Amino acid sequence: MDPLSTLWETFFDWDSMREALPEMLTVGLPNTLTLAVSAALLGSVLGMLLAVAGISRTRWLRWPARVYTDVFRGLPAAATILLIGVGLAPLGMQVWGPNPYPLGVLALSLIAAAYLGEIFRAGILSVEAAQLEGARALGFSWGEAMRLVIIPQGVRRVLPAWVNQLIALIKDSSLVYFLGLLASQRELFRIGQDYAANTGNQSALLLAGLFYLLLTVPLTHAVNWLDRRLRQGRPAAPPEPEPDAEPVDVTPSGREPR
Amino acid sequence: MTTTTTSVSLAVRDVHLAFGAHRVLRGADLDVARGRAACVIGPSGSGKSTLLRTINRLIEPDRGDVLLDGRSVLRDDPDALRQRIGMVFQQFNLFPHLSVLRNITLALRKLKKLGEDEAVALARAQLDLVGLAGKADARPAQLSGGQQQRVAIARALALRPQVMLFDEATSALDPELVKGVLAVMADLAAAGMTMVVVTHEMGFARSVADTVAFMDAGVVLEAGPPEAVFEAPEHPRLRRFLSQVL
Repeated sequence: MDPLSTLWETFFDWDSMREALPEMLTVGLPNTLTLAVSAALLGSVLGMLLAVAGISRTRWLRWPARVYTDVFRGLPAAATILLIGVGLAPLGMQVWGPNPYPLGVLALSLIAAAYLGEIFRAGILSVEAAQLEGARALGFSWGEAMRLVIIPQGVRRVLPAWVNQLIALIKDSSLVYFLGLLASQRELFRIGQDYAANTGNQSALLLAGLFYLLLTVPLTHAVNWLDRRLRQGRPAAPPEPEPDAEPVDVTPSGREPR
Repeated sequence: MTTTTTSVSLAVRDVHLAFGAHRVLRGADLDVARGRAACVIGPSGSGKSTLLRTINRLIEPDRGDVLLDGRSVLRDDPDALRQRIGMVFQQFNLFPHLSVLRNITLALRKLKKLGEDEAVALARAQLDLVGLAGKADARPAQLSGGQQQRVAIARALALRPQVMLFDEATSALDPELVKGVLAVMADLAAAGMTMVVVTHEMGFARSVADTVAFMDAGVVLEAGPPEAVFEAPEHPRLRRFLSQVL
Protein backbone atom coordinates (compact mmCIF):
# COMPACT_ATOMS: atom_id res chain seq x y z
CA MET A 1 0.00 0.00 0.00
CA ASP A 2 1.38 3.39 -0.89
CA PRO A 3 2.13 5.78 1.99
CA LEU A 4 -0.46 8.31 0.94
CA SER A 5 -3.40 5.95 1.07
CA THR A 6 -2.12 4.56 4.37
CA LEU A 7 -2.11 8.04 5.72
CA TRP A 8 -5.61 8.63 4.34
CA GLU A 9 -6.96 5.50 5.97
CA THR A 10 -5.35 6.36 9.28
CA PHE A 11 -7.64 9.36 9.54
CA PHE A 12 -10.51 8.76 7.14
CA ASP A 13 -11.44 5.13 7.40
CA TRP A 14 -15.21 5.44 6.94
CA ASP A 15 -15.90 1.96 8.28
CA SER A 16 -14.18 2.73 11.59
CA MET A 17 -16.10 5.94 11.84
CA ARG A 18 -19.43 4.28 11.02
CA GLU A 19 -18.71 1.68 13.68
CA ALA A 20 -18.03 4.30 16.36
CA LEU A 21 -20.82 6.68 15.37
CA PRO A 22 -23.78 5.09 17.23
CA GLU A 23 -21.96 5.01 20.55
CA MET A 24 -20.68 8.53 20.08
CA LEU A 25 -24.24 9.73 19.53
CA THR A 26 -25.98 7.75 22.26
CA VAL A 27 -23.27 7.62 24.94
CA GLY A 28 -20.41 10.01 24.23
CA LEU A 29 -22.32 13.14 23.25
CA PRO A 30 -24.82 13.03 26.15
CA ASN A 31 -21.99 12.36 28.62
CA THR A 32 -19.82 15.20 27.30
CA LEU A 33 -22.78 17.56 27.46
CA THR A 34 -23.66 16.39 30.98
CA LEU A 35 -20.13 17.08 32.17
CA ALA A 36 -19.78 20.42 30.41
CA VAL A 37 -23.22 21.79 31.25
CA SER A 38 -23.16 20.81 34.94
CA ALA A 39 -19.63 22.16 35.32
CA ALA A 40 -20.71 25.37 33.55
CA LEU A 41 -23.61 25.85 35.96
CA LEU A 42 -21.68 25.05 39.12
CA GLY A 43 -18.60 26.91 37.88
CA SER A 44 -20.65 30.03 37.11
CA VAL A 45 -22.20 30.06 40.59
CA LEU A 46 -18.81 29.57 42.23
CA GLY A 47 -17.24 32.11 39.87
CA MET A 48 -19.84 34.71 40.83
CA LEU A 49 -19.17 34.10 44.53
CA LEU A 50 -15.45 34.50 43.86
CA ALA A 51 -16.03 37.71 41.91
CA VAL A 52 -18.11 39.25 44.70
CA ALA A 53 -15.57 38.12 47.30
CA GLY A 54 -12.83 39.59 45.11
CA ILE A 55 -14.35 43.09 45.17
CA SER A 56 -15.46 42.89 48.78
CA ARG A 57 -14.30 45.55 51.18
CA THR A 58 -13.39 42.81 53.64
CA ARG A 59 -9.85 41.57 53.25
CA TRP A 60 -10.90 38.20 54.69
CA LEU A 61 -13.01 37.66 51.61
CA ARG A 62 -10.69 39.29 49.09
CA TRP A 63 -7.61 37.34 50.08
CA PRO A 64 -8.98 33.80 49.92
CA ALA A 65 -10.58 34.65 46.56
CA ARG A 66 -7.23 35.89 45.27
CA VAL A 67 -5.35 32.79 46.48
CA TYR A 68 -8.01 30.45 45.13
CA THR A 69 -7.90 32.09 41.72
CA ASP A 70 -4.12 31.96 41.55
CA VAL A 71 -4.02 28.29 42.54
CA PHE A 72 -6.73 26.95 40.25
CA ARG A 73 -5.68 29.05 37.28
CA GLY A 74 -2.08 28.09 37.80
CA LEU A 75 -2.42 24.32 38.03
CA PRO A 76 -2.65 22.16 34.90
CA ALA A 77 -6.26 21.02 34.44
CA ALA A 78 -5.12 17.40 34.31
CA ALA A 79 -3.40 17.71 37.69
CA THR A 80 -6.43 19.33 39.32
CA ILE A 81 -8.76 16.67 37.93
CA LEU A 82 -6.54 13.85 39.16
CA LEU A 83 -5.93 15.44 42.56
CA ILE A 84 -9.63 15.96 43.19
CA GLY A 85 -11.02 12.95 41.30
CA VAL A 86 -8.61 10.47 42.81
CA GLY A 87 -7.78 12.24 46.06
CA LEU A 88 -11.39 12.67 47.10
CA ALA A 89 -12.56 9.35 45.64
CA PRO A 90 -12.63 7.52 49.01
CA LEU A 91 -14.83 10.29 50.36
CA GLY A 92 -17.02 10.23 47.26
CA MET A 93 -17.35 6.47 47.52
CA GLN A 94 -19.16 6.85 50.83
CA VAL A 95 -21.48 9.58 49.56
CA TRP A 96 -22.48 8.51 46.04
CA GLY A 97 -20.58 5.32 45.29
CA PRO A 98 -17.93 4.65 42.64
CA ASN A 99 -19.31 7.05 39.99
CA PRO A 100 -16.43 9.37 38.94
CA TYR A 101 -18.79 12.01 37.50
CA PRO A 102 -19.56 14.04 40.62
CA LEU A 103 -15.88 14.56 41.38
CA GLY A 104 -15.11 15.10 37.70
CA VAL A 105 -17.76 17.81 37.51
CA LEU A 106 -16.50 19.28 40.78
CA ALA A 107 -12.93 19.47 39.50
CA LEU A 108 -14.02 21.00 36.18
CA SER A 109 -16.21 23.51 38.05
CA LEU A 110 -13.42 24.52 40.40
CA ILE A 111 -11.11 25.19 37.45
CA ALA A 112 -13.78 27.07 35.49
CA ALA A 113 -14.75 29.08 38.59
CA ALA A 114 -11.24 30.54 38.82
CA TYR A 115 -11.45 31.87 35.25
CA LEU A 116 -15.12 32.84 35.43
CA GLY A 117 -14.53 34.67 38.72
CA GLU A 118 -11.98 36.93 37.02
CA ILE A 119 -14.31 37.46 34.06
CA PHE A 120 -17.27 38.40 36.26
CA ARG A 121 -15.07 40.61 38.43
CA ALA A 122 -13.86 42.55 35.41
CA GLY A 123 -17.47 42.95 34.25
CA ILE A 124 -18.70 44.18 37.61
CA LEU A 125 -15.82 46.64 37.94
CA SER A 126 -16.58 48.03 34.49
CA VAL A 127 -20.01 49.29 35.60
CA GLU A 128 -19.85 53.04 36.28
CA ALA A 129 -19.73 54.13 39.92
CA ALA A 130 -22.71 56.39 39.18
CA GLN A 131 -24.89 53.28 38.85
CA LEU A 132 -24.06 52.24 42.39
CA GLU A 133 -24.67 55.76 43.64
CA GLY A 134 -28.00 55.89 41.82
CA ALA A 135 -29.10 52.62 43.37
CA ARG A 136 -27.88 53.56 46.86
CA ALA A 137 -29.70 56.91 46.59
CA LEU A 138 -32.98 55.03 46.10
CA GLY A 139 -32.39 53.23 49.39
CA PHE A 140 -30.91 49.95 48.24
CA SER A 141 -28.25 48.46 50.50
CA TRP A 142 -24.83 47.72 49.00
CA GLY A 143 -25.77 44.07 48.57
CA GLU A 144 -29.13 44.82 46.97
CA ALA A 145 -27.56 47.39 44.65
CA MET A 146 -24.96 44.84 43.58
CA ARG A 147 -27.47 42.06 43.05
CA LEU A 148 -30.20 44.07 41.31
CA VAL A 149 -28.29 46.76 39.43
CA ILE A 150 -24.53 46.28 39.17
CA ILE A 151 -24.09 42.53 38.64
CA PRO A 152 -26.80 42.20 35.96
CA GLN A 153 -25.08 44.94 33.94
CA GLY A 154 -21.58 43.63 34.59
CA VAL A 155 -22.45 40.07 33.56
CA ARG A 156 -24.07 41.28 30.36
CA ARG A 157 -20.85 43.01 29.36
CA VAL A 158 -18.74 39.86 29.76
CA LEU A 159 -21.11 37.35 28.17
CA PRO A 160 -18.72 36.81 25.24
CA ALA A 161 -15.88 35.91 27.60
CA TRP A 162 -18.28 33.66 29.51
CA VAL A 163 -19.15 31.74 26.34
CA ASN A 164 -15.43 31.38 25.63
CA GLN A 165 -15.07 29.70 28.99
CA LEU A 166 -17.89 27.29 28.09
CA ILE A 167 -15.93 26.30 25.02
CA ALA A 168 -12.90 25.58 27.18
CA LEU A 169 -15.12 23.50 29.49
CA ILE A 170 -16.43 21.36 26.64
CA LYS A 171 -12.86 20.56 25.65
CA ASP A 172 -11.59 20.04 29.21
CA SER A 173 -14.44 17.63 29.95
CA SER A 174 -12.43 15.05 27.98
CA LEU A 175 -9.92 14.97 30.83
CA VAL A 176 -12.25 13.11 33.21
CA TYR A 177 -11.19 9.94 31.40
CA PHE A 178 -8.24 10.03 33.82
CA LEU A 179 -10.64 9.01 36.56
CA GLY A 180 -11.52 5.68 34.95
CA LEU A 181 -14.88 5.40 33.22
CA LEU A 182 -17.26 2.46 32.81
CA ALA A 183 -18.34 1.77 29.22
CA SER A 184 -21.58 3.71 29.77
CA GLN A 185 -19.74 6.63 31.37
CA ARG A 186 -17.37 7.29 28.49
CA GLU A 187 -17.55 10.69 26.84
CA LEU A 188 -16.72 11.60 23.24
CA PHE A 189 -12.96 11.58 23.56
CA ARG A 190 -12.77 8.27 25.43
CA ILE A 191 -15.02 6.49 22.95
CA GLY A 192 -12.95 7.81 20.06
CA GLN A 193 -9.76 6.77 21.74
CA ASP A 194 -11.05 3.25 22.52
CA TYR A 195 -12.14 2.66 18.93
CA ALA A 196 -8.85 4.06 17.68
CA ALA A 197 -6.94 1.67 19.92
CA ASN A 198 -9.00 -1.31 18.77
CA THR A 199 -8.89 -0.58 15.05
CA GLY A 200 -5.33 0.68 14.91
CA ASN A 201 -6.35 3.81 13.03
CA GLN A 202 -7.26 7.26 14.25
CA SER A 203 -10.50 7.71 12.33
CA ALA A 204 -12.78 7.28 15.37
CA LEU A 205 -10.72 9.85 17.29
CA LEU A 206 -11.04 12.19 14.34
CA LEU A 207 -14.78 11.64 14.45
CA ALA A 208 -14.74 12.54 18.15
CA GLY A 209 -12.84 15.68 17.16
CA LEU A 210 -15.56 16.53 14.64
CA PHE A 211 -18.15 16.22 17.39
CA TYR A 212 -16.20 18.68 19.53
CA LEU A 213 -16.01 21.09 16.62
CA LEU A 214 -19.74 20.68 16.08
CA LEU A 215 -20.25 21.88 19.63
CA THR A 216 -17.55 24.55 19.86
CA VAL A 217 -17.53 26.23 16.45
CA PRO A 218 -21.18 27.38 16.64
CA LEU A 219 -20.45 28.67 20.14
CA THR A 220 -17.46 30.61 18.81
CA HIS A 221 -19.69 32.26 16.27
CA ALA A 222 -22.33 32.86 18.90
CA VAL A 223 -19.66 34.75 20.85
CA ASN A 224 -18.86 36.95 17.89
CA TRP A 225 -22.52 37.64 17.26
CA LEU A 226 -23.11 38.39 20.92
CA ASP A 227 -20.06 40.61 21.06
CA ARG A 228 -21.21 42.64 18.07
CA ARG A 229 -24.68 42.95 19.45
CA LEU A 230 -23.45 44.08 22.85
CA ARG A 231 -21.08 46.57 21.26
CA GLN A 232 -23.62 48.13 18.97
CA GLY A 233 -26.56 47.70 21.29
CA ARG A 234 -29.79 46.05 20.34
CA PRO A 235 -31.28 47.23 17.09
CA ALA A 236 -33.12 50.09 18.69
CA ALA A 237 -34.76 53.24 17.49
CA PRO A 238 -32.49 56.25 17.99
CA PRO A 239 -33.67 58.87 20.48
CA GLU A 240 -36.48 60.87 18.99
CA PRO A 241 -36.53 64.62 19.19
CA GLU A 242 -38.42 65.73 22.27
CA PRO A 243 -42.02 66.30 21.29
CA ASP A 244 -42.34 68.80 24.10
CA ALA A 245 -39.22 70.83 23.50
CA GLU A 246 -41.26 73.96 22.94
CA PRO A 247 -40.54 76.76 25.37
CA VAL A 248 -42.02 76.14 28.76
CA ASP A 249 -42.47 78.88 31.30
CA VAL A 250 -40.53 77.73 34.34
CA THR A 251 -42.65 79.86 36.59
CA PRO A 252 -45.35 77.53 37.88
CA SER A 253 -48.83 78.65 37.15
CA GLY A 254 -50.83 80.05 40.03
CA ARG A 255 -47.96 79.83 42.47
CA GLU A 256 -48.53 82.05 45.46
CA PRO A 257 -45.70 83.61 47.31
CA ARG A 258 -44.92 81.46 50.27
CA MET B 1 -48.00 67.28 40.58
CA THR B 2 -49.33 65.53 43.62
CA THR B 3 -47.43 63.95 46.44
CA THR B 4 -49.11 62.03 49.19
CA THR B 5 -46.44 62.26 51.84
CA THR B 6 -45.96 65.40 53.81
CA SER B 7 -42.75 67.29 53.34
CA VAL B 8 -40.39 67.96 56.19
CA SER B 9 -38.14 70.84 57.11
CA LEU B 10 -34.44 70.46 56.52
CA ALA B 11 -31.52 71.91 58.39
CA VAL B 12 -27.83 71.44 57.72
CA ARG B 13 -25.72 72.40 60.73
CA ASP B 14 -22.01 73.15 60.58
CA VAL B 15 -21.16 70.24 58.29
CA HIS B 16 -17.47 69.55 57.81
CA LEU B 17 -15.92 67.08 55.41
CA ALA B 18 -12.38 66.51 54.18
CA PHE B 19 -11.08 64.09 51.56
CA GLY B 20 -7.58 63.63 52.89
CA ALA B 21 -6.03 67.07 53.10
CA HIS B 22 -8.68 68.59 50.85
CA ARG B 23 -11.33 70.25 53.00
CA VAL B 24 -14.44 70.20 50.84
CA LEU B 25 -16.94 71.37 53.44
CA ARG B 26 -15.85 73.76 56.19
CA GLY B 27 -18.92 74.26 58.31
CA ALA B 28 -21.79 74.53 55.86
CA ASP B 29 -25.23 75.56 57.11
CA LEU B 30 -28.53 75.52 55.27
CA ASP B 31 -32.15 75.89 56.33
CA VAL B 32 -35.12 74.90 54.24
CA ALA B 33 -38.56 75.28 55.76
CA ARG B 34 -41.16 72.58 55.20
CA GLY B 35 -42.45 72.62 51.63
CA ARG B 36 -39.98 75.24 50.47
CA ALA B 37 -37.35 75.10 47.75
CA ALA B 38 -33.75 76.15 48.27
CA CYS B 39 -31.39 76.68 45.36
CA VAL B 40 -27.70 76.30 46.04
CA ILE B 41 -25.51 78.29 43.68
CA GLY B 42 -21.79 78.86 43.55
CA PRO B 43 -18.64 78.22 41.56
CA SER B 44 -17.47 74.73 40.57
CA GLY B 45 -15.64 72.96 43.36
CA SER B 46 -17.33 74.99 46.08
CA GLY B 47 -18.78 71.84 47.66
CA LYS B 48 -22.39 72.09 46.45
CA SER B 49 -22.70 68.49 45.25
CA THR B 50 -20.85 67.17 48.29
CA LEU B 51 -23.17 69.09 50.61
CA LEU B 52 -26.14 67.50 48.85
CA ARG B 53 -24.65 64.03 49.39
CA THR B 54 -24.18 64.58 53.10
CA ILE B 55 -27.92 65.24 53.40
CA ASN B 56 -28.85 61.69 52.33
CA ARG B 57 -25.57 60.32 53.68
CA LEU B 58 -24.19 59.08 50.39
CA ILE B 59 -21.19 60.76 52.00
CA GLU B 60 -20.88 60.77 55.76
CA PRO B 61 -19.84 64.15 57.18
CA ASP B 62 -16.83 64.30 59.48
CA ARG B 63 -18.63 66.71 61.77
CA GLY B 64 -21.93 68.54 61.98
CA ASP B 65 -25.50 67.37 61.64
CA VAL B 66 -28.41 67.19 59.23
CA LEU B 67 -31.89 67.50 60.68
CA LEU B 68 -35.20 66.53 59.12
CA ASP B 69 -38.05 68.10 61.07
CA GLY B 70 -35.55 68.70 63.83
CA ARG B 71 -34.45 65.08 64.04
CA SER B 72 -30.88 64.10 63.20
CA VAL B 73 -30.54 61.88 60.15
CA LEU B 74 -27.31 60.51 61.56
CA ARG B 75 -29.32 58.33 63.93
CA ASP B 76 -31.30 56.68 61.12
CA ASP B 77 -30.39 53.63 59.12
CA PRO B 78 -28.85 55.18 55.96
CA ASP B 79 -30.78 52.91 53.58
CA ALA B 80 -34.11 53.71 55.24
CA LEU B 81 -33.18 57.39 55.27
CA ARG B 82 -32.48 57.42 51.53
CA GLN B 83 -35.93 56.02 50.81
CA ARG B 84 -37.31 59.20 52.40
CA ILE B 85 -34.99 61.49 50.45
CA GLY B 86 -35.24 61.46 46.67
CA MET B 87 -32.18 62.38 44.66
CA VAL B 88 -31.73 63.33 41.01
CA PHE B 89 -28.28 63.35 39.43
CA GLN B 90 -26.61 65.33 36.69
CA GLN B 91 -26.10 62.15 34.62
CA PHE B 92 -29.59 60.74 35.46
CA ASN B 93 -28.12 57.41 36.65
CA LEU B 94 -30.97 55.42 35.17
CA PHE B 95 -30.35 51.69 34.98
CA PRO B 96 -29.66 51.04 31.28
CA HIS B 97 -30.46 47.32 31.41
CA LEU B 98 -34.03 47.94 32.57
CA SER B 99 -36.98 49.49 30.77
CA VAL B 100 -38.21 52.90 31.91
CA LEU B 101 -41.06 51.19 33.75
CA ARG B 102 -38.73 48.71 35.50
CA ASN B 103 -36.42 51.53 36.52
CA ILE B 104 -39.31 52.90 38.54
CA THR B 105 -40.85 49.65 39.79
CA LEU B 106 -37.56 48.12 40.98
CA ALA B 107 -37.39 50.05 44.24
CA LEU B 108 -41.17 49.93 44.68
CA ARG B 109 -41.14 46.16 44.56
CA LYS B 110 -37.88 45.38 46.33
CA LEU B 111 -37.90 48.14 48.96
CA LYS B 112 -41.54 49.11 49.39
CA LYS B 113 -42.55 45.46 48.89
CA LEU B 114 -45.41 46.42 46.57
CA GLY B 115 -47.00 43.74 44.40
CA GLU B 116 -46.30 43.77 40.66
CA ASP B 117 -49.67 45.27 39.69
CA GLU B 118 -49.56 47.97 42.30
CA ALA B 119 -45.97 48.92 41.47
CA VAL B 120 -46.70 49.11 37.75
CA ALA B 121 -49.83 51.21 38.31
CA LEU B 122 -47.92 53.61 40.54
CA ALA B 123 -45.00 53.82 38.10
CA ARG B 124 -47.30 54.53 35.17
CA ALA B 125 -49.09 57.23 37.12
CA GLN B 126 -45.77 58.82 38.01
CA LEU B 127 -44.58 58.64 34.39
CA ASP B 128 -47.80 60.30 33.32
CA LEU B 129 -47.08 63.19 35.68
CA VAL B 130 -43.75 63.89 33.98
CA GLY B 131 -45.36 63.55 30.55
CA LEU B 132 -43.76 60.25 29.58
CA ALA B 133 -46.62 57.78 29.85
CA GLY B 134 -45.88 56.54 26.34
CA LYS B 135 -42.26 55.68 27.11
CA ALA B 136 -42.83 53.01 29.76
CA ASP B 137 -41.41 50.19 27.68
CA ALA B 138 -38.47 52.08 26.17
CA ARG B 139 -34.91 51.61 27.35
CA PRO B 140 -33.24 54.70 28.83
CA ALA B 141 -30.80 54.84 25.89
CA GLN B 142 -33.74 55.31 23.52
CA LEU B 143 -34.77 58.52 25.25
CA SER B 144 -33.37 62.01 24.97
CA GLY B 145 -31.46 63.42 27.93
CA GLY B 146 -34.41 65.52 28.99
CA GLN B 147 -36.73 62.53 28.90
CA GLN B 148 -34.21 60.44 30.85
CA GLN B 149 -33.97 63.09 33.52
CA ARG B 150 -37.75 63.25 33.84
CA VAL B 151 -37.80 59.46 34.23
CA ALA B 152 -35.19 59.83 36.96
CA ILE B 153 -37.39 62.39 38.70
CA ALA B 154 -40.39 60.06 38.38
CA ARG B 155 -38.31 57.22 39.79
CA ALA B 156 -37.38 59.25 42.83
CA LEU B 157 -40.91 60.60 43.35
CA ALA B 158 -42.49 57.15 43.12
CA LEU B 159 -40.97 56.38 46.52
CA ARG B 160 -42.94 59.30 48.01
CA PRO B 161 -39.94 61.16 49.41
CA GLN B 162 -40.23 63.87 52.05
CA VAL B 163 -37.35 65.83 50.55
CA MET B 164 -35.97 66.01 47.00
CA LEU B 165 -32.35 66.73 46.17
CA PHE B 166 -31.35 67.85 42.67
CA ASP B 167 -27.67 67.76 41.76
CA GLU B 168 -27.23 69.95 38.67
CA ALA B 169 -30.16 68.13 37.13
CA THR B 170 -30.03 70.09 33.87
CA SER B 171 -26.27 70.57 33.44
CA ALA B 172 -25.84 67.58 31.14
CA LEU B 173 -28.79 68.48 28.92
CA ASP B 174 -28.88 70.12 25.53
CA PRO B 175 -30.17 73.68 25.95
CA GLU B 176 -33.50 72.99 24.27
CA LEU B 177 -34.24 70.16 26.69
CA VAL B 178 -33.53 72.09 29.88
CA LYS B 179 -36.86 73.85 30.14
CA GLY B 180 -38.96 70.70 30.17
CA VAL B 181 -37.03 69.37 33.16
CA LEU B 182 -37.08 72.72 34.97
CA ALA B 183 -40.84 72.89 34.45
CA VAL B 184 -41.26 69.53 36.17
CA MET B 185 -39.09 70.75 39.05
CA ALA B 186 -41.01 74.03 39.31
CA ASP B 187 -44.31 72.13 39.46
CA LEU B 188 -42.89 69.98 42.22
CA ALA B 189 -41.86 73.04 44.21
CA ALA B 190 -45.29 74.56 43.71
CA ALA B 191 -46.85 71.34 45.00
CA GLY B 192 -45.08 71.88 48.30
CA MET B 193 -42.12 69.51 48.13
CA THR B 194 -39.15 70.41 50.28
CA MET B 195 -36.32 70.69 47.78
CA VAL B 196 -32.63 71.43 47.65
CA VAL B 197 -31.59 72.26 44.12
CA VAL B 198 -27.94 72.64 43.18
CA THR B 199 -28.10 74.55 39.93
CA HIS B 200 -26.43 76.89 37.49
CA GLU B 201 -29.83 78.00 36.20
CA MET B 202 -30.06 81.46 37.75
CA GLY B 203 -33.42 82.14 36.12
CA PHE B 204 -34.84 79.06 37.80
CA ALA B 205 -33.32 80.04 41.14
CA ARG B 206 -34.78 83.49 40.88
CA SER B 207 -38.30 82.44 39.95
CA VAL B 208 -38.77 79.20 41.87
CA ALA B 209 -36.56 79.25 44.96
CA ASP B 210 -37.78 80.45 48.31
CA THR B 211 -34.18 80.59 49.48
CA VAL B 212 -31.02 81.00 47.46
CA ALA B 213 -27.80 79.90 49.15
CA PHE B 214 -24.44 80.92 47.74
CA MET B 215 -21.63 78.48 48.47
CA ASP B 216 -17.96 79.13 48.13
CA ALA B 217 -14.98 77.16 49.46
CA GLY B 218 -17.09 74.76 51.48
CA VAL B 219 -19.35 77.19 53.32
CA VAL B 220 -22.66 78.90 52.63
CA LEU B 221 -21.51 82.50 52.48
CA GLU B 222 -24.87 84.11 52.01
CA ALA B 223 -28.45 82.88 51.97
CA GLY B 224 -31.77 84.61 51.66
CA PRO B 225 -34.79 85.19 49.46
CA PRO B 226 -33.87 85.39 45.77
CA GLU B 227 -34.67 89.10 45.56
CA ALA B 228 -32.15 89.84 48.30
CA VAL B 229 -29.44 87.52 47.00
CA PHE B 230 -29.73 88.59 43.38
CA GLU B 231 -30.63 92.27 43.77
CA ALA B 232 -28.72 93.18 46.90
CA PRO B 233 -25.87 90.76 47.38
CA GLU B 234 -23.78 91.64 50.40
CA HIS B 235 -20.72 89.46 50.15
CA PRO B 236 -18.08 90.61 47.62
CA ARG B 237 -17.50 87.06 46.42
CA LEU B 238 -21.22 86.61 45.71
CA ARG B 239 -21.19 89.92 43.83
CA ARG B 240 -18.24 88.76 41.78
CA PHE B 241 -19.90 85.38 41.10
CA LEU B 242 -23.14 87.03 40.00
CA SER B 243 -21.33 89.44 37.74
CA GLN B 244 -19.76 86.46 36.01
CA VAL B 245 -22.87 84.33 35.56
CA LEU B 246 -25.61 86.88 34.97
